[in-house]
Amino acid sequence: MNLSLIDPFLVVLLMLNFIQLGVGRLPTIIMMVALQGVILGVIFPFTHHDASAGWEGVISIRLLALAAAMIVMKGWLMPRMLYYAFKESQMRGQIDPYLGLTASLLLGALGTGVMMAFSSRLPLREEHASHLLVPAALSTVFTGLLILTTRREPLTQVAGYLVLENGIVIFGLLLVEAMPFLVEVGVLLDVFVGVFVMGIILQQVDRHLPSPGSDHLRTLKE
Amino acid sequence: MFESDRLLLSALILASISGIPGLFFNRRSLVAPWIAAMLMVTSGTVGLIGAVQCAAQCASGSDVMLVEYPLPLPDASFALSVDPLSAFFLAAIFLVSTLGSLYGLEYWKPTEHPDNARKLRLFYGLLTACLAIVVLAKNSVTFLFGWEGMAVSAFFLVATEDDRNDVRDAGWMYLAASHAGTLALFTMFALMYGATGHFDFLPLTSDQISPAFASTLFLLALGGFGLKAGLMPLHFWLPGAHAMAPSHVSAIMSGVLIKMGIYGLVRMTGLLPDPPLWWGSLVLALGTVSAVFGMVLALSQHDLKRLLAYSSIENIGIVAIGLGLALLGRSLHNPVWVILGLSGALLHVWNHCLFKSLLFLAAGTVIHATHTRKIDELGGMAKPMPWTAAAFLVGASSACGLPPFNGFVSEFLIYLGLFHTLGLPGEPALPAAAFAIPALALSGAAAIACFVKAYGIVFLGVPRKPLAHRPHDPHWPMRLPLVVLSVIAISLGILTASVAPRLNGICAKWSGLSWDASIAASTLGPLVPLGWALIGLLGSLLFVFCWLRWKISTHPYAEHDTWGCGYLAPTPRLQYTGTSLTQFLVSLFGWSIQPVEIRPRIRELFPVQAAYWSEVPEIVLDRVVSPVFDALARRLLWFRLIQQGSVQIYLLYIVAMLVVLFTVF
Repeated sequence: MNLSLIDPFLVVLLMLNFIQLGVGRLPTIIMMVALQGVILGVIFPFTHHDASAGWEGVISIRLLALAAAMIVMKGWLMPRMLYYAFKESQMRGQIDPYLGLTASLLLGALGTGVMMAFSSRLPLREEHASHLLVPAALSTVFTGLLILTTRREPLTQVAGYLVLENGIVIFGLLLVEAMPFLVEVGVLLDVFVGVFVMGIILQQVDRHLPSPGSDHLRTLKE
Repeated sequence: MFESDRLLLSALILASISGIPGLFFNRRSLVAPWIAAMLMVTSGTVGLIGAVQCAAQCASGSDVMLVEYPLPLPDASFALSVDPLSAFFLAAIFLVSTLGSLYGLEYWKPTEHPDNARKLRLFYGLLTACLAIVVLAKNSVTFLFGWEGMAVSAFFLVATEDDRNDVRDAGWMYLAASHAGTLALFTMFALMYGATGHFDFLPLTSDQISPAFASTLFLLALGGFGLKAGLMPLHFWLPGAHAMAPSHVSAIMSGVLIKMGIYGLVRMTGLLPDPPLWWGSLVLALGTVSAVFGMVLALSQHDLKRLLAYSSIENIGIVAIGLGLALLGRSLHNPVWVILGLSGALLHVWNHCLFKSLLFLAAGTVIHATHTRKIDELGGMAKPMPWTAAAFLVGASSACGLPPFNGFVSEFLIYLGLFHTLGLPGEPALPAAAFAIPALALSGAAAIACFVKAYGIVFLGVPRKPLAHRPHDPHWPMRLPLVVLSVIAISLGILTASVAPRLNGICAKWSGLSWDASIAASTLGPLVPLGWALIGLLGSLLFVFCWLRWKISTHPYAEHDTWGCGYLAPTPRLQYTGTSLTQFLVSLFGWSIQPVEIRPRIRELFPVQAAYWSEVPEIVLDRVVSPVFDALARRLLWFRLIQQGSVQIYLLYIVAMLVVLFTVF
């Protein structure tokens, strides 16, 4: 496994996290999520690269198909659906977060720092310890949580879940040898179904309420 | 010939799926209920045959294993097996559920109840299956599966008409009470697992648990199962739930579901070693209280189904008296008390199951025909509905414990056992236990007064209020269950002498004592001449009835108003009402049941129109349960802060919990 190859990609991923936190336009956020998905799909085969065995092991049909499926799903299908929902629901393009953009950006940076420090203290295997992989995974998960908890719109909620899942996938790259493809496909499908269902709910909410927003759930409170 | 275990399993599966095909039909479809009913009838028939065969098989001593399926829990499996005690309760379950589903065909027609008929059928089948799982469970995990399924499906059945406020309230109260009981059971089974290291229902030995620990288990069982059985003072959920449910659901709830509490108590006390004297005394005392006050409360009810529900509490009390006596017998190593007490209690379980479902079904027929449950609005129903009236009369006589009906024999056995506590030569004496004899007699007298009121006001006299439709007897799907239950109720009364000795095996296994066959034979000996006497009595009753019929048909007669002491303008309003009939008895017990009444004061010679109103509050509910829970709710109000109604904050809770879990573990 040659993880040093993927470090530059991981840096880009981290930067995309910050953009998601600091940007207020919904289409941009969706685009960033898509971009993250594409990058993940691209680095996926690299993690299977064994320096001693050359590239033979990498170019298997199954691996390529999986990477392609990941790119299509995360980079095209799911963002496409989100964008469609965004258009259909006639939301304002600008989000209205509970926590201001600058504040969330700062919090995100702080979180990433903490995660870096935290992962350096984790009892990792020697070959994983020096890489960006674990910190990137943890801070992406953290970013996802931050988006989930500080944003108001249902669409940003979905985006938050996708970011969260991206973080989990990055973490999963560590375990590619141990984890069968099937598990990863399963995770992918889970999220896909989740997005699908949320899309439907969003449509329904849209039909009954003047503007969709998790604020309205508050009226269900006793 | 099929194997009996396969029969029982298929009965279980058929019952649980009986409501599913109907879900795919139109909500007003008349085909769907027939499919469900036929599945239930098949399931009931197969189940009854299976239960009888299994009972015969395991009479030799070994249980019949039905299924064992490992669960993804440590030490746990889903295991069902039959022993004589399970087979005994299984028969009641399959009989009542089958007849109830037939009855539902006409009683709850999809055309009249399009909104909930499908739901009702689905949960009726599920309830039957869960009840069977409860009595078949071989270990506590399986038992709790069945128990919880039973509680939840019964909740949906009670809340069938969930568009009505009072129905929803009754449903919620049932669910809350039920889960409070389940909590006690969870604790009990967890403690048992801690002591033994397995979940199986195997007898505990005194070196496994200390006496104090055994008493804790016993109290938890009494709380959890007593709540389900409706033993006073844990009965507060029962009248509402029974009254609000559709009648065939009330029948299965009162006839079978609350008996699961009794089943649990019998099963658990059979597992615990060396019961001290106070266990039996406590059960006996609670049973006495339930028997007396259940009936007094029943007397004072204005609602036909609530009256029947309170009478169920009385009967559960009688069963508990029998069980208490048997426990005392175990403590004192006296087989006679055990045989008489437990046989009496178990037979009364069957008998009550038969006559109470009969009464609820007959009451349901009246309610279906008149659309009212208020006793004081009914009257004269015997003329348009002779079949129903006859069935109700059989049920009522049986509930009063009158010979030759079945309720008599089980009460007779319990009486007999209680007289033994006075100290016969060669037996230990516990005269204190004999206080149950006058109490039982008192509740019997109150029962007669109560059913004289129920039958007399509803079926005799003339209608008190004009009805929109002329009531008539139901068609055969609804009439057949009444006939079948009446016939069984009468024949079981006569045949007890041959049934009771078969319970000997259950008594011996339950008590852990062993005794000579001669003791059992001499204890139950009086039943044989009694059986012949009952047959003679039944024969003479039949003879008198036929003779009267013959006389009426051959002699001309004319109909007149009742002799009114010279008063020439009687109206139906001059008849006794249910309230006035029992007013004296209710006022005798006023100190305990606190009736509330608004009485008009008449001062002038020509008073203006006035009204009298009376009600008996449910004291335990109104004075204890509701205030305590209101106070609790006020104290716990700040928990509402947690409920913010915002997805974001809920997610934060999850994250916080995860962090806590990661750092702590």
